[in-house]
Amino acid sequence: MSDALATPSLPAAGSGRVSSWRLLFNNRLATIGLCMLSALVLMTLLAPILPLPDPDATAPADRLQPLFSAGHILGTDQLGRDILSRLIWGSRVSMIVGFSATLVAAAIGSTIGIVSGYAGGRTDNLMMRGIDMLMAFPYILLALAIVAVLGPGLMNALYAIAVVNIPFFARNVRGVTLGLSHREFVDAARLSGKGHLSIVLTEILPNVLPVIVITMSTTAGWMILETAGLSFLGLGAQPPQADLGSMLGEGRAQLFTAPHVSVVPGVMIFLIVISLNVLGDGIRDVLDPRLRSGALLRPGPVTAVDPERSRPKNGKPSAILTVEGLEIGFTRNGRYSAAVKGVSLHLHPGECLGLIGESGSGKSVTALSIMGLVSSPPGIIRNGAIYLHGEDVLSMPQTQLISARGSRVAYIFQDPLTTLHPMHSIGRQVAEAIAAHQTLSRQALRERSIALLDRVGIPDAEKRANHFPHQLSGGQRQRVGIAMALANDPDVIIADEPTTALDVTVQAQILALLRELQRERGMALLFITHDFGVVTEICDRVAVMRDGHIVETGKTQAVLGDPQHEYTKRLIACVPEIGTGKSFLDRVAPIFAADAEERP
Amino acid sequence: MSGSAIEVRNLSKTFGGGRSLFGTERHAVKAVDQVSLVLQRGETLAVVGESGSGKSTLARMLVGLEEPTFGDMQIAGRDAAALRRDGPRAFGKMVQYVFQDPVASLNPRKMIRQALEAPLKLMNGYDAGKRQARMAELLDAVQMPKDTLDRYPHEFSGGQAQRIAIARALAAEAEILILDEPVSALDVSVQAQVLLLLRDLKRQFGLSYLFISHDLAVVEAISDRVAVMHKGRLVEEAPTDQLFRAPRDPYTRQLLDSAPKLRKA
Repeated sequence: MSDALATPSLPAAGSGRVSSWRLLFNNRLATIGLCMLSALVLMTLLAPILPLPDPDATAPADRLQPLFSAGHILGTDQLGRDILSRLIWGSRVSMIVGFSATLVAAAIGSTIGIVSGYAGGRTDNLMMRGIDMLMAFPYILLALAIVAVLGPGLMNALYAIAVVNIPFFARNVRGVTLGLSHREFVDAARLSGKGHLSIVLTEILPNVLPVIVITMSTTAGWMILETAGLSFLGLGAQPPQADLGSMLGEGRAQLFTAPHVSVVPGVMIFLIVISLNVLGDGIRDVLDPRLRSGALLRPGPVTAVDPERSRPKNGKPSAILTVEGLEIGFTRNGRYSAAVKGVSLHLHPGECLGLIGESGSGKSVTALSIMGLVSSPPGIIRNGAIYLHGEDVLSMPQTQLISARGSRVAYIFQDPLTTLHPMHSIGRQVAEAIAAHQTLSRQALRERSIALLDRVGIPDAEKRANHFPHQLSGGQRQRVGIAMALANDPDVIIADEPTTALDVTVQAQILALLRELQRERGMALLFITHDFGVVTEICDRVAVMRDGHIVETGKTQAVLGDPQHEYTKRLIACVPEIGTGKSFLDRVAPIFAADAEERP
Repeated sequence: MSGSAIEVRNLSKTFGGGRSLFGTERHAVKAVDQVSLVLQRGETLAVVGESGSGKSTLARMLVGLEEPTFGDMQIAGRDAAALRRDGPRAFGKMVQYVFQDPVASLNPRKMIRQALEAPLKLMNGYDAGKRQARMAELLDAVQMPKDTLDRYPHEFSGGQAQRIAIARALAAEAEILILDEPVSALDVSVQAQVLLLLRDLKRQFGLSYLFISHDLAVVEAISDRVAVMHKGRLVEEAPTDQLFRAPRDPYTRQLLDSAPKLRKA
């Protein structure tokens, strides 16, 4: 009965942790890239023990042999050297230089990035301006200049490429570090007695590491290409040493007489770079937490509805909004989990119904599904029906449902700062809400929106209409949110925790406003909250939700005064009230003590 | 040694200000403006205020995360400026801090063991065996199972994470805890349990709490005295029952009137 309230019910260890490798192998392209790259790396590693002829042994008699000639599968070059042997040895050199340059650039660039992001202020400014100077030069010009100063040679080419790529790492890492160094866990580590070095190494570095790996995987291919470029210009590997770039450069003279001499190393470069890039994209998808949480999924305009859903009859035809046997779930990694398990509720015109529950009870999902706003994928409505004026919303055509949003049912959300567009003035945003459903002249739109802003209690509305969301206080922003919801005189307003982010004094004002507007316009209000205090202030009836079920519903006074369900009783007992004082804790202590005894 | 855990006189913090490169004056915000208060040993003092009232800045100054612009701070009879010179460890031995968002205050990539070990090792210098024993004791005190140590923060609910965060604060063996909205992000039933836990821990370890909150009902349930902050200033300070019975300041009265109340039939 009370398991949700009982404390330590730990999730089974390891459940829900999807291994990064499995995710990577789910991506077919990345898997191909990984296999290709492994094969190439293995081949170059085995070069010394493979039965290959000496890559530098010249044989002028056998020069420019075509592909598949006897003894030389890939033919020979202008000096009669075996191309296959040179290709494998050359790939080895190119990859070693490319990967070493990546490591050097990553180490130096990330150090600069972390130090400047963590130190901030003047240090940050100084280091970043240095990086800016490095970035101001075209990269190949800079690499050429560095090699020109140091002299040609593979090592110098490596340094040049590493230096050129430092800014990529420094910039990326600094951005992430800057965000991390103001996070609470860094403050917490400081309070645990950790010094700066220890914080950087043990708190920040593990969180920055994915970014470093992502940057490495996406730039390694690029660096191999740059190595080849410098060698092609004769600034990298020096003859007779083979390297993909220098092979390409030497074969260039025979491009028309013996194209294979330059095409073969070209194809090799292509294979290495493409496999690295494909793999790099895969690694990024796996490590980037935003992509991992499904940001790549594109939700459709309305929530998906199971075509075989059950359609219960409208049990309360007099109600303006009826939800019958609603069942909603989410499909993640092929597994379906239900969030709302058969919820029924109704709302009469001019009534305020409170939907109350703790986090994860499914109250917001229920509210969003009414206008098909639960994003799909992953959401799906499995069963049930939603009747608006007796018409089933879930069988409405898409266009009709979309046009009902805002005009018949409007929403007010928790944080108006995230729902208001930061770049548009509030007057324009209210006008936009009106214009979505009504065709009015610009003048009329402006007048209507100012009247609305005035109605919701924005002082000096005419002037304020030109202000932007960030110029308003939290309470005023929520007033704008309410004005937008009222814009088209909807019959039903669904308010999802509209006062949770507000201070108590402001909350009282907003609740008073909502109550007043509701009476004045005879709207039905579905009020979602976790706060019993707020429910008593505004709701006529209340439905208590838990684990996707409504456990109790009734008149607010009746439910609060004489709760029938165990869960409701406990929930109400846990709400501290002004005037109870310290006896509150003595009152709740036995409830949890009983839980502790029940547990094995 | 005086009986006060924290004594603060005319403490102020201004953000911004100063002059820019071209000599124009920068906009300055007085987050905390000449606040004086005393936290007695073994007492729970609540600091109440709405967002932007400066209560969190005050708390961050008291644990040394923020440096006061001016004013005096005495922590357990020692001058805070001297403590700050001795480094973060000296400060952390005296006062610890519990954050509002417990999940954000734990490093997502580190196991709970590492989070709990750091203060035990760095603050108290315990060896591995002693650390292991202390960690078991701490988890026991906050009523979490032993296998908590080898899990990651995201595997816990908000209430469980807050228990862990409290255990970490206790690990430093400081006797003063600054609790910055420790139950605001939690569901009501979990909130009640954490409040109970805080009360029991205080009795068990003889702690002093500075409890920061915007929720008057919570404050009334846990505190001995209440200080009300408004726009960086302390507007009223009184014993809890007196403040709730007869608020003197108009702002306190407004706060009390705005708080939603359960009206049972």
